[in-house]
Amino acid sequence: MTTPPALSLLVILPESILTLLASFIFVVEPFVPKKKKAWIGRLSVVGLLLSGLTIIPLVGRDITAFAGMITLDAYALLFKGILLLIAAAVVTLSFRYVRVEKIEIGEYYGLILFATVGAMLLAASTDLLSIYLSLELMSISFYVLAAFMRKDPKSVESGIKYFLTGVFTSGIILYGIALLYGMAGTTHLGAISAYLSSQEAISPLYVVAIILLIAGVGFKIAAVPFHMWAPDVYEGAPTPVTAFLSTGSKIAVFAAFIRILMTGLHFDPSHFGPLGDLKNWGWLLWWVAALTMTFGNIAALTQTNFKRLLAYSSIAQSGYLLIGLVAASETGRIAVLIYAIAYALMTLGAFATSILLCDKNSRGDQISDFQGVARQHPAIAAAFVIFALSLVGIPPTAGFIGKLYLFNAAIQEGFYSLAVIGILNSVVSLYYYFKIIVAMYMEEAEEERVLSVSRPELAVLAAMAIGTLLLGLYPEAMIRMVMTSVQIFS
Amino acid sequence: MIPLSYYVAVSVVLFVIGLTGVLIRKNFLIILYAIELMLNAANINFVAFAHYAQDVTGQVVSLFIITIAAAEAAIGLAIIIVLFRKKATTNVDEINLLKW
Repeated sequence: MTTPPALSLLVILPESILTLLASFIFVVEPFVPKKKKAWIGRLSVVGLLLSGLTIIPLVGRDITAFAGMITLDAYALLFKGILLLIAAAVVTLSFRYVRVEKIEIGEYYGLILFATVGAMLLAASTDLLSIYLSLELMSISFYVLAAFMRKDPKSVESGIKYFLTGVFTSGIILYGIALLYGMAGTTHLGAISAYLSSQEAISPLYVVAIILLIAGVGFKIAAVPFHMWAPDVYEGAPTPVTAFLSTGSKIAVFAAFIRILMTGLHFDPSHFGPLGDLKNWGWLLWWVAALTMTFGNIAALTQTNFKRLLAYSSIAQSGYLLIGLVAASETGRIAVLIYAIAYALMTLGAFATSILLCDKNSRGDQISDFQGVARQHPAIAAAFVIFALSLVGIPPTAGFIGKLYLFNAAIQEGFYSLAVIGILNSVVSLYYYFKIIVAMYMEEAEEERVLSVSRPELAVLAAMAIGTLLLGLYPEAMIRMVMTSVQIFS
Repeated sequence: MIPLSYYVAVSVVLFVIGLTGVLIRKNFLIILYAIELMLNAANINFVAFAHYAQDVTGQVVSLFIITIAAAEAAIGLAIIIVLFRKKATTNVDEINLLKW
């Protein structure tokens, strides 16, 4: 099964455009005068949207390229579309932020583009080698981005912490991959699955490999007990980077994780005796999901820093997403994808609020910065209320639809306790989101602040708010799209 | 011919040394070395498995890993230098601005 080179290149056309553009940016950046650097940002948005346009003619095709490393199916395309939109929103949100924080350097946008390429390839990889390589492409870009405000000790600290945990994690993932390769003799997910199905007994090597892989991926998606890095990194990194890290990176890793679990390690557990009874990896994920939700929500209760609070909230959201993987059914997969879309919208929106509040005097990342915002900027406050409602899971928002599907999937597969834990956690999360809403509507600002909001930022904020509401009110189109994309697993 | 299990044993020992190093050492550079040990432990596994299965994939993978490890070291050292300019330390315990 060899794909002609021309067709292989077609498969990675959206990524190729971004790679070329990013390389171009790195080359011309030193020759761009200081006043004109904003154009690099605008060029990046154009490139991201152009790359999004090239996805449209690819819809409906199913091609595997590069010796089975990269695939082009409905699932990969859906994630590529989501990731491109996230990246475009992040770049747009950066325009004013980089000016305020004095990091107006073209490489910033180039690195965001490279991270996007890595994330997109991650969603399209069907081989453990290509998964590892795209994961590294994405992570290495993020290490630099997290430390990008090099004059700010917090940002540098966040960069070094992310770097050390990230590299440590990739070492663990890699060892898991090595063990799987040694056992199955291949790194291709489909071939690994075929090998596992042909075996009579489960090998202890397999158990070790699974634990290493889940631990490694757990680090990347900030699941408890591998979450320690997330609050520090999220707090210190530039806010648009934090937004990208918590949405783009997490969603891409989830895309690859679903592929690993559902294609690579999926087999009938019934003939494996005692270890098979544990539903192979399901029981491990059950605990990770329950702990992640509970810890994330409880730790978020006492936070005073907005970015740190959202970091814990995003840990909790990872826990909700894991519910769908524990259920591992068709509904579970649909639920994860729907919630991932909702999560991208509402989390980006919440970070966008913080970016809008950032100016020369304050970074907009303390909850006290939100005091009295409703009086001066009612539209920003109203948008945040929509995101908060969605994050809690109150109708009519996208977050509600996502949680409905997740808990439904858990109940269908008989994981009642997990669904109950999830619902109780949603109730707990009400408290800390409303703390911010209270600050916005009921408290007075210590001193009057006039925000210099720019149009592109407001446009992104409005798009996120409208998207969150629309997907909550009319979810049919999204659900249909998600259903076609998960058919590759059945 | 040396049996496969010898290679795997060396690899496991290297991996555990690396893991312990990351968890107990306090110096950024030494932690970085320990992580390199973990990556190379995986490398030994890949090459040994590839040799015994007469399959070239593992060797290709290990070449990729070497490249990635170099890229990571470059980025990591750059960040460590930026940090050293700010704080004049390479001790992880002194990097404590961000905490709750």
